[in-house]
Amino acid sequence: MATVTYDKATRLYPGGDKPAVDALDLHIEDGEFLVLVGPSGCGKSTSLRMLAGLEDVNGGRILIGDRDVTTVPPKDRDIAMVFQNYALYPHMTVADNMGFALKIAGTPKDEIKRRVQEAAKILDLEDYLARKPKALSGGQRQRVAMGRAIVRQPQVFLMDEPLSNLDAKLRVQTRTQIASLQRRLGVTTVYVTHDQVEAMTMGDRVAVLKDGILQQVDTPRRMYDHPNNVFVAGFIGSPAMNLLTLPVTEGGVLFGDSIHPVERAALAATGKNITLGVRPEDMELAEHGLPVSVDVVEELGADAYIYGTLRQGESDMPVIARVDGRQPPAKGSTVHFQPKRGHVHLFDDNSGLRIETTA
Amino acid sequence: MSLPTATSLQITASRPYPELLDLPWEVPLEDWPQHHLAALPRGISRHVVRFVKLGSRVLAVKETNAEIAHREYRMLRLLNRLEVPSVQPVGVITGRTTPDGEPLNSVLITRHLQFSLPYRALYSQTLRPDTAKRAVDALAVLLVRLHLTGFYWGDVSLSNTLFRRDAGAFAAYLVDAETGELYDQVSDGQREYDLDVARTNIAGELMDVVASGALEADMDEVLAISDRIISRYRTLWGELTEPESFEKGDRWRVEARIRRLNDLGFDVGELAITTDIDGTTVRIEPKVVDAGHHSRRLLRLTGLDAEENQARRLLNDLDSYRAATERQGDDEEIVAHEWMADCFEPVQRRIPRELRGKLEPAEVFHEVLEHRWYLSERAGRDVGLEEAAQSYMGSVLPTKPDEVAVLGVDTQALPVVRTD
Repeated sequence: MATVTYDKATRLYPGGDKPAVDALDLHIEDGEFLVLVGPSGCGKSTSLRMLAGLEDVNGGRILIGDRDVTTVPPKDRDIAMVFQNYALYPHMTVADNMGFALKIAGTPKDEIKRRVQEAAKILDLEDYLARKPKALSGGQRQRVAMGRAIVRQPQVFLMDEPLSNLDAKLRVQTRTQIASLQRRLGVTTVYVTHDQVEAMTMGDRVAVLKDGILQQVDTPRRMYDHPNNVFVAGFIGSPAMNLLTLPVTEGGVLFGDSIHPVERAALAATGKNITLGVRPEDMELAEHGLPVSVDVVEELGADAYIYGTLRQGESDMPVIARVDGRQPPAKGSTVHFQPKRGHVHLFDDNSGLRIETTA
Repeated sequence: MSLPTATSLQITASRPYPELLDLPWEVPLEDWPQHHLAALPRGISRHVVRFVKLGSRVLAVKETNAEIAHREYRMLRLLNRLEVPSVQPVGVITGRTTPDGEPLNSVLITRHLQFSLPYRALYSQTLRPDTAKRAVDALAVLLVRLHLTGFYWGDVSLSNTLFRRDAGAFAAYLVDAETGELYDQVSDGQREYDLDVARTNIAGELMDVVASGALEADMDEVLAISDRIISRYRTLWGELTEPESFEKGDRWRVEARIRRLNDLGFDVGELAITTDIDGTTVRIEPKVVDAGHHSRRLLRLTGLDAEENQARRLLNDLDSYRAATERQGDDEEIVAHEWMADCFEPVQRRIPRELRGKLEPAEVFHEVLEHRWYLSERAGRDVGLEEAAQSYMGSVLPTKPDEVAVLGVDTQALPVVRTD
């Protein structure tokens, strides 16, 4: 097991003018489950493949433990790409399916047996070692496939959208399994997904990338509560955070017919407007505040989501709010919202960077 | 084109195949009724795959999610356009639901590559000494060609490849592009990874064939074959990509290079020579040549590797079978497959294990046909193939000399192959 360090690692494709991954600085702790997440083309897969040795590193370094692997061939990096080779061999026992790569590598028989036993114990497959894959359920077969990677005892597991070929239900099940398995094994894992829910539910920490640049790396909780910029604020969370461009006024930000108080110092460097973020669950119905006309009411039982429009001057802004499901406002009505105290995120309207406040 | 139907089924296809609408898309592929299926060999796959008869064509249908299906469809189209040996994509169908409205997986449809064989079929149908090696060699050629095109495979294996027999050699076709990506140029890391995966997968696949009892080989032999992917690849990659500069008059160096490729096992007919703009870099691209009219036709139809006269005899029997079963109007390929399953393979299965070194399978079949004629004449009635084979295995084959040793030097290295 080992740490992984990206040290200003850069990938520039031949003929490209902008790096696919731009001076990535990221340190992953020993045993940590780190998820790389971002929209298509953000550089998350490229980052993973740089670590795997599949992509050339054009600048900076990549280290596994203290070892600089920047130019080391993939098979000598002591990493395992999980789920890449998923086929199981029908005539071989589960034990042989898990251990055959060790056999190829010339590992002594006793050692293979020991490692397969260990992996089977962790994977709950001990009773199935002598069986053929045909006799296993779908989930068990997946675990056998994971066993192939586990018995190699690599320093790092790499997973590139491993759940993409599963249906929605199986995806949720499997992601729980992978996360709990990783915790039991304690092997450093780098996991790539485009799905922020997957990222937030699985990772010890989550790294958000956009346009090849690392936006933020934090625990899911911190990422949710304290996004460093507008992009992260909008990307993490479902439904997404309301990001409203609102006028700055004396004593705070104009929030409809009320003022959201912000200390003077925090607003010193901003312009006329500010981006104010409130998560849908932090919007509270009030007498005064932001006037929102209700377009759609989505009733979910205990809760309801209001999809509405904030009319402000000439521009309309979509607003989402979570309200009590037992008495939601009617479609077509206009209601007012106030943000929950202490749950407001402010971002500079130009740079998009978070503005720290004491409130 | 897109063809929405009443159930909002979406068909995206390169060519309109209206017959596609007649297939039971509201049923999970696994449960499709037999009459839609063509009895062709199935490979191992992480998805449900079925071969389907559609008019005179055979299509491979693979269930997967919409995103992957569309992606692989586009990738296969690209590869076809780049003239990489790969299966031809037909289309993608999304929006499938059961009559109850339960959503079903999307499907990717490809044309079944005529006369191609998954590697498992190679082992059950041939006694050629180095079949596995030749399959690996073909895969090495394919991998080099893919890498030259900029294609990173990600999951190189015998299972993800189809083989066409080619006069003792094989030509390999890419059949699963799911993990693949196309770049302007693949990196050395990607090539190395593909090779490492290929070596591991080939070894695993061969170990599986050994476990099934269809191949007798020890671990060292298995590793020797799987390691071959690396050595063959590297040599070929070197020959094909390392630039060699010479004056215009030095044409002999092209010849010399071709001879080196010959030594590596590639015929002159398999090579294409191109020069770069300044005329100094030679690139040689392997293709495959073959020989023998009847053996080629037999090969084309059945995947059987036979000598010329054996082939003629087998083809005659196939034609008789076709006439006897009144299948003249059917796709020759399908009839040939049924003939294999109904006639050729049952005879092979009857050969006792200890007598398998006697004769090549095609020769055994030929002799069984002779024996049947003899029995029929004697009995004054048409003796069936099974009865004839049983009689032949019991009374004739044991008396034959063991021909393994006299067929040629290579044959002595022949692993004992057993049909499934």
